[in-house]
Amino acid sequence: MSEPDREQVYAAPDGKPQSEQPRWRKDFPIDWPEDNYVARRDFTKFLVLTSLAFTAGQFWIGFQNILRKRRGEPPLRFIADAETIPVGGAVTFNYPDEHDKCVLVRLDEATFAAFSQECTHLSCSVVPDPERDCFRCPCHEGLFEMATGRPVAGPPRRPLARVRIEFKQGGVYASGIQERTS
Amino acid sequence: MEFFIDATRCIGCEACVQACSECDTHKGHAMIHLEYIDRAHSVQTAPIVCMHCDSPTCAEVCPADAIKRTEDGVVQTARKPRCIACNNCVLACPFGVPKMKTEFKLMMKCDMCYDRTSAGKRPMCATVCPSQALFFGTRTQLEELRPRSTPVNHFRFGNQVITTKVSMMAPRASQAQYVDVTSAMSEQTIGKNISLNVLMDALFTGEVSNE
Repeated sequence: MSEPDREQVYAAPDGKPQSEQPRWRKDFPIDWPEDNYVARRDFTKFLVLTSLAFTAGQFWIGFQNILRKRRGEPPLRFIADAETIPVGGAVTFNYPDEHDKCVLVRLDEATFAAFSQECTHLSCSVVPDPERDCFRCPCHEGLFEMATGRPVAGPPRRPLARVRIEFKQGGVYASGIQERTS
Repeated sequence: MEFFIDATRCIGCEACVQACSECDTHKGHAMIHLEYIDRAHSVQTAPIVCMHCDSPTCAEVCPADAIKRTEDGVVQTARKPRCIACNNCVLACPFGVPKMKTEFKLMMKCDMCYDRTSAGKRPMCATVCPSQALFFGTRTQLEELRPRSTPVNHFRFGNQVITTKVSMMAPRASQAQYVDVTSAMSEQTIGKNISLNVLMDALFTGEVSNE
């Protein structure tokens, strides 16, 4: 079953037989059944190459995981003295890199929370909105809960990345960043 | 069952155009062309449906490989995912059949009412044609009905000879091998001379003379 079993109706404009026609005529046939015909060899080639690509993808993911583990946790970094922040106040800082903006808020006397300022919709910087007890994104009016960073309104669907904080001798320190999907 | 066109029988009633726009493969858009042969001097019209060539020029020139012919030899409307609306087929078709539907960005053409003919029914235009200028039936039927005509399905455009699935009727006496479609283009018709004189008179005297 190497050829589709149907009568050859197509005649090339120069009237020469199929065997004398250039290769491209076979690759771009005008007849519908030949156009839809897939040879077994082509199908097998497709299957082998796609599964090969998937396997390579799996190895790539594993390799990335190893790299990420080797990189380790970001360093501890001082943000501010706990005493200097009033209740309901906020302090911005950069963590873990110089260009990653984060914000620390004091919810009440004992509770602090820190989040990345990057909106999970289109990466605008969110700003604290104490009146609504939310972080507000000015670009598309996205709102995130101040205590947990969960999206409550607007286009964002994922919560803000949380910055883990530690307290040492009255100072607040950032000790890691946690990307969340839900 | 074959399609036969006899333009001499056409009375220009446009029934085929209306019926064509009711075809389910292109509802609301008539794909048939009803052309006046020489509008200034004659009311003679000719219906033009796709001739479904053995070597479709529209498909040959298609850069996107969009025009395909089904197993039964019917050249179909361009495939929507491939058609780039480049108009090549419209310019290339010797019969002027394909229509560029810019609102769909798609070339659409007569597909001999594929939903009907593939199920053994006659195409829309042939069912309504009152003078049977568009005739769909077997060759035996045709010979019985029209003993003085013979179907011709070879056409010549310059050096290109085209064999088609659809046939045109020619007088049996003439023994035509093919229809030379472009031959009339070099001939100057008598009617054209007269009209030219009339127009020139009107141009120079300001009114049409009554002589």
